[in-house]
Amino acid sequence: MSKLVSKPQDESVVTESRWQSLKQFTSARIALGRTGTSIPTGELLDFQLDHARAIDAVHRALDVATLNQQLVASHSLSHVITTPPLLVQSKASDRMVYLQRPDLGRQLSEACWQQLCDARAEYHHQEQRQEQHKGQHQGQQEYDLAIVVADGLSSTAIQKHALPVIERLVEKLSGDDAHTWSLAPITIVTQGRVAVGDDVGECLNAKITLIMIGERPGLTSPDSMGIYLTWAPKRGAKDSSRNCISNIRPEGLPYEEAAHKAHYLLSESMKLQLTGIGLKDRSVGLEEEAQLESDATSSFLIG
Amino acid sequence: MTASYRWQQGDKVYHFGSLAELMAKATPERSGDALAGVIAESAEQRVIAQMALADVPLKTFLTEAVIPYESDEITRLIIDSHQLAAFAPISHMTVGDFRNWLLSDAADSQALSALRDGLTPEMVAAVSKIMRNQDLILVAKKCHVVSAFRNTIGLPGRLSTRLQPNHPTDSLDGIAATIFDGLMYGNGDAVIGINPATDNVPQTIKLLAMLEEVIQHYQIPTQSCVLTHVTNTIEAIEQGAAVDLVFQSIGGTQGTNDTFGVNLAVLKEAHEAALSLKRGTVGNNVMYFETGQGTALSADAYFGVDQQTCEARAYAVARQFDPLLVNTVVGFIGPEYLFDGKQIIRAGLEDHFCGKLLGLPMGCDICYTNHAYADQNDMDNLLTLLGVAGCTFIMGIPGSDDIMLNYQTTSFHDALYARKALGLKPAPEFESWLAQMEIFSDVDKVRLNQQLAKPFGASIALLSDK
Repeated sequence: MSKLVSKPQDESVVTESRWQSLKQFTSARIALGRTGTSIPTGELLDFQLDHARAIDAVHRALDVATLNQQLVASHSLSHVITTPPLLVQSKASDRMVYLQRPDLGRQLSEACWQQLCDARAEYHHQEQRQEQHKGQHQGQQEYDLAIVVADGLSSTAIQKHALPVIERLVEKLSGDDAHTWSLAPITIVTQGRVAVGDDVGECLNAKITLIMIGERPGLTSPDSMGIYLTWAPKRGAKDSSRNCISNIRPEGLPYEEAAHKAHYLLSESMKLQLTGIGLKDRSVGLEEEAQLESDATSSFLIG
Repeated sequence: MTASYRWQQGDKVYHFGSLAELMAKATPERSGDALAGVIAESAEQRVIAQMALADVPLKTFLTEAVIPYESDEITRLIIDSHQLAAFAPISHMTVGDFRNWLLSDAADSQALSALRDGLTPEMVAAVSKIMRNQDLILVAKKCHVVSAFRNTIGLPGRLSTRLQPNHPTDSLDGIAATIFDGLMYGNGDAVIGINPATDNVPQTIKLLAMLEEVIQHYQIPTQSCVLTHVTNTIEAIEQGAAVDLVFQSIGGTQGTNDTFGVNLAVLKEAHEAALSLKRGTVGNNVMYFETGQGTALSADAYFGVDQQTCEARAYAVARQFDPLLVNTVVGFIGPEYLFDGKQIIRAGLEDHFCGKLLGLPMGCDICYTNHAYADQNDMDNLLTLLGVAGCTFIMGIPGSDDIMLNYQTTSFHDALYARKALGLKPAPEFESWLAQMEIFSDVDKVRLNQQLAKPFGASIALLSDK
């Protein structure tokens, strides 16, 4: 990120910190310098810009039309999921309600619940007709997986990262030798929280719900996306029955790695017929590498 | 059987089904009480409830529990530890009389400290609901609560800071870099306290050892803490770790504490274990508690009691263990509990007032998340108000940005602002150390040294040599 003020500030007024070298150890806002004992103008405005971006991420409405268009136009998706995305909303009528009533963001509105159930019945009908046409027996009634996309607390995250992660994930699923995945149409939910994926999964009759959702924006990560998986999704499912992949963004967990983790967890979930604490993520990724950081027992402060 | 309450205003009669309902309806507006479904239905009903509450005799709180004695160990603690002798001077008063008395000259620092054991959290919560912000500030300022470990916290005219050097992967150098930064701004006298990213016993021991080394090396008159679960700290003590303070998040109902995985017995065990180490030099207050409005609702263990009353009940738990520090983390929980700057500010002042009146060394994590309707200006306001109210301590982190917990709290610079604007100083032992280390050129005027303090300059020089 570029600094608003790159030239040295007036030295007679601003005292630069003499420990700039410590910035190598942390991304915390250390060595800001001071004017008197207050934060210098440049550093103050850098902070304000980061906060403004975080606020915008929470309050800017998800551009559903654009996202929908991108999903429909995606070459790699159209081969696998032929039905266009379903567009629905939660019981939270707007952002104000959403922020104050998390319970409403966890459920589909009555009309949308019905809309998804109707859609499922319609697809089921079509499948049966096709199967009869082909002279096959009645097929599976369940989908393996329903992919859900919800704005959550950062529409920015969803707008940027949902499509690339879905494309990579669907590519992996369609090339999966171990299992032939049947995928429900993608559902886009506005004013949604994590649990709204349970409603979608239940309506569409899916074995697993995978919801991509905007995470609570941090000051330096306004666009962090999370993924939650729930086996046998049903309204009222417990949070302990979910698995989570978090901090998905290029500067955090990159797309390819997120898709890899999601594919791993989905495959394990299908094998074990569960999600939650019984399903451990044993795929090796960036996070683990960070945890393995040095065995040092002392810091630079002790010379 | 709980009594019901009525109030006649003109030709209209209002009914409130229980003391808990009356208190909830009398509470200044906040989103958490709306989410819980206990909030007043109108602004008028709220004031009517406040009028009815002002008329309730304080004695009522000794016979009518908002959560049953039989089913909640915190109610039992409150009732069983109540001291009638201390209560005597106000035993004839109503809640409304109590407010008048608190603001009167009769309620001086001595009278207020003599009263502590005669007060229940519910009495204190009730009176706070009919007090304006300035009332909460004025009375809290009169309450002097002093605690001590390696320095003395809470003396009048002092404002201490917790140096909070969190790092997303617990990198020791990353943590040390932030400690360095904070010390150079005179922060860290309340405690140097890390929220670990990896929350287990080996990590706790590793971080404690690192903090111990720094405190010893520079002879800093302060204490360390790793904010892990109390059972981890007990285990660390058993394994011989250098534990100064025991940390735990607590709530005001037994059910809330169940979700935190604690109860009074395990807190007692931890308290005794830490005391046995005798690591304090000027005092032996060894507990550090964190609280915050909304935890009881979040745990679905609020039993129709409003979130501010639940919060005050948590202070009964805290004071049982003579803490060094109690911290209300006021804006961390999110907008579904405290929606905006106005609600966060009000809650911060209430919590500080209630804690101080009950005899706690009350500090405040003046903070907000990015989905709340709050910003740095709201935090400036609350910081200034709490500084005037004599708040015991606040947080200090680099540039207000906690990169591990992803929220904003007060910065090292903010603490110096408050000291400068309000004439406040750090703990006396720490103050001497800052002068001795030449971190400040003039502590009274809050002037930092232009030169880098020598002992610390050495570690920076060493670094550039590497």
